[in-house]
Amino acid sequence: MDRLDRTKELLMRALDDELAPEEQRELDALLADDPKLRAEHDSLGRLKEVTGTMKLRHPPEELWDDYWNTAYSRVERGIGWILVSFGVIVVGGWAGWQFVTDLIADTGMPPLIKAGILAGSLGLVILTVSVLRQRLFVRQTDPYKDIQR
Amino acid sequence: MSAGSTDMPESALMALASRGDEAAFGELVRRNMRRAYFSALGLTGSHEDALDLSQEAFTRALRASRRLDPERPFYPWLYGILRRLCLNHLRDGRARSVKLETAGSWLVAESRERAAETGPERTTEREELRRRVAAAIEALTPIQREVLLLREFEGLRYAEIAALLEVPEGTVMSRLYAARKALATALEDEL
Repeated sequence: MDRLDRTKELLMRALDDELAPEEQRELDALLADDPKLRAEHDSLGRLKEVTGTMKLRHPPEELWDDYWNTAYSRVERGIGWILVSFGVIVVGGWAGWQFVTDLIADTGMPPLIKAGILAGSLGLVILTVSVLRQRLFVRQTDPYKDIQR
Repeated sequence: MSAGSTDMPESALMALASRGDEAAFGELVRRNMRRAYFSALGLTGSHEDALDLSQEAFTRALRASRRLDPERPFYPWLYGILRRLCLNHLRDGRARSVKLETAGSWLVAESRERAAETGPERTTEREELRRRVAAAIEALTPIQREVLLLREFEGLRYAEIAALLEVPEGTVMSRLYAARKALATALEDEL
């Protein structure tokens, strides 16, 4: 370990009361020799005093009563969403396929109209997926969405 | 699970939870929820995000509870999940539910009552200092912030932090030094 790293380590240990007696003597010698290091030591000591007067804000005590129930309902909702998504994909896929095959098999309809209906349906699907994807992306990345003025 | 589950040692609860006992897992949640919430609060600086991410960590832990090892403590395992969630959340720049006028309010001056006794000017000064300290901590990198919070606000020793983060103690001290230097620079006028 080089001198700088060793000095940093001693400074940190001193601030956090994790210094062994021999390390304290080593640090004292370094501080006596180096006014810049002494100034840094004192500055970090004052910082430690300032942060020592602060703590993390406690939430209302009632929050803990429902903490696990709320979290557990996510598990249930997750399972529900998986089942719903699976059902929608299977039924929607089957219905789409039926629609396309029936449309193609329909001999009474002019080919141009068939192509128009297919293009319109495909476009609608692409637009829907695109909008949903965009909304999901914004929801996940917009850093200002929940800021209340 | 037996009626006396609240007195059960953690390893026994973990053994039950790993076999699918949800009540035993619930007891593990009850014992660790505050600590998980405060870790997430320190990292994200938002009550809503801390609540959301800490609960999400427990639900993921429940889904992975078959992998629980009763020979090892529960919280470091949970913390690994929670830490990844919080760091991903910060990395992706996802929304934080912050009201502009209450930004930095995750941190409070411990002796607020005593400060109030010394008069409104002193209280205003302390409030300003609190805001500046919170802003300076928020400006740290997540890795530096994490180690500072574990040391300063959770009061963990270096060996405990090193075990939690699965890094050598030297790395803990090096990150702590970088965090404190950055804070000291940001709060130069106050020190």
